Amino acid sequence: MMAFLYLSERFAQHALIAGTLVAIACGMIGPFVVTRQMAFAVHGTAELAFTGAAAGLVIADNALVGALIGSVVVAVAIGLLGDRPRERDSAIGVVLAFGLGLGVLFLGFYQGFATAATNILFGTIYGVSQGQLGLLVAIALVVVAVMVAVYRPLLFASVDTEVARSRGVPVRALGFVFLIVLALAVTEAAQVVGTLLVLSLAITPAAAAHRCSANPVTVTWLSIAFAVIAADGGILAGLASDTIKPTVFVTTFSFVIYIGARLAGPAITRRTASRARPA
Amino acid sequence: MSAAPDAPLLRIRDATVAFGDRVLFEGLDLDVGAGEFLAVLGPNGAGKTTLLRALLGTVALTRGTIETVPVNGTGAPPPVGYVPQQHAFEPDVPVRGRDLVRLGLDGHRPGPPLRNRQTRERVDAALAAVGALGFADLPIGRLSGGEQQRLRIAQALVTDPQLLLCDEPLLSLDLAQQRVVSALIDERRRRAGTAVVFVTHEINPVQQYVDRVLYLVEGRWATGTADEVLTSERLSDLYGTEIDVVRLRDRIVVVGADDHHHHLEPGPRRPGPRDPGATTRGGRTP
Repeated sequence: MMAFLYLSERFAQHALIAGTLVAIACGMIGPFVVTRQMAFAVHGTAELAFTGAAAGLVIADNALVGALIGSVVVAVAIGLLGDRPRERDSAIGVVLAFGLGLGVLFLGFYQGFATAATNILFGTIYGVSQGQLGLLVAIALVVVAVMVAVYRPLLFASVDTEVARSRGVPVRALGFVFLIVLALAVTEAAQVVGTLLVLSLAITPAAAAHRCSANPVTVTWLSIAFAVIAADGGILAGLASDTIKPTVFVTTFSFVIYIGARLAGPAITRRTASRARPA
Repeated sequence: MSAAPDAPLLRIRDATVAFGDRVLFEGLDLDVGAGEFLAVLGPNGAGKTTLLRALLGTVALTRGTIETVPVNGTGAPPPVGYVPQQHAFEPDVPVRGRDLVRLGLDGHRPGPPLRNRQTRERVDAALAAVGALGFADLPIGRLSGGEQQRLRIAQALVTDPQLLLCDEPLLSLDLAQQRVVSALIDERRRRAGTAVVFVTHEINPVQQYVDRVLYLVEGRWATGTADEVLTSERLSDLYGTEIDVVRLRDRIVVVGADDHHHHLEPGPRRPGPRDPGATTRGGRTP
């Protein structure tokens, strides 16, 4: 029970607090990412968090602040270039390619520890300092607050764009807001699992939740629950293991939940369906 | 019925929409009264959908005015319902018919959709009115086109609108479903006095309900009853070419407009321009 020995340690507490909040933020945006088919936007902003982090390291020796500022810049750039959904993916590709090139450039300038760079890619959850924790908590709260505030019109705009527009829902503005919130949540998740593996918190739990219910609110709650289980479970398992990084556990738990939902999901929705449609 | 209504709900004056050089319609004057069923006809690209969007306020007029007249002396414009074309939902979109209808009621408001008994009762009543309670809890992507359009009508009517705007709501439905959906719309305007503006390339499924038609062709327009407007003379004049309107039993068939509208049979099965079948505007062959 090594994990419990570490729980009195500050670094473990920081990791669990940050992990939980990041998982909640990612669990909330996930169903919208799936519904709006924005998996590539998640991947793109996550990889570009690497560029932002590298720039942050070079300029201010602060990868997190660099990644957060960079992600908002990237979200705005994608939003401006990819106005229509069909343009969005190519806009992300364009920004991603250029941004990664810049990241390589910044990394070339960086004279510090090489691990700081690999940490960006694979996550540094046990290295969260007091100051970073405050920032992570504040941004996670902002993401959750914004998502709660825009939940209904964003759902309307996502599943029924034309009618939403006719009811006065600011469809374009909401898309922009969602892109920025997504970029912030993704950058936070990059702290836990690394830029390369963000999808395991931002998409896999939501994809699993989609298998279990057609009720959008239920899907959101399930997505949050799955993300928290994967993140905190992974962090605890990582504490118990001397050799395996928590990232591996987070991605594994997330994947196992998804497989479970795929196997159990059809049974769950079939039961609901037979209840809903009388013979 | 051809006379403009005395107390219009919707007053359109000199309405013009042009995108650059392309004039969709020009100088349109039209009143729509409570409980009236107006069919908007014309070839594809004639501006039918643009007119509807102008009525919704999502497209700005180049010139002219559209007024929705407050009812019962209240200052507020009448609530508007909107039924779009049927389009396929992804099979795994996490939305049930019930959610779609609820979004029509309060989806524009901020915050999460909290449970609320009054809201649920209104949604249930709207679902019951279109006979959709039986499939309201299924994922919308798994429903048939007809079931989806019934939910669309429930969604549009859940706010109890005075004006119902429909954009080709029968497109891609089979004949039986077309009958169900158009009868639901007719029932509503008779019961609640809701004015209906019904954009369609195809008058026959709703012919029995239509009070007046607005026919748009390349910037020109004509209004009146179906009998007044859908004549060889009027349409020849409107299209600027020889058009024959033939009545086959209770169906109206427009012959000769094929060079102008390319929308007769949606999809790749559309017959060629020289095929006599192509000139039939009398609808899908059952």
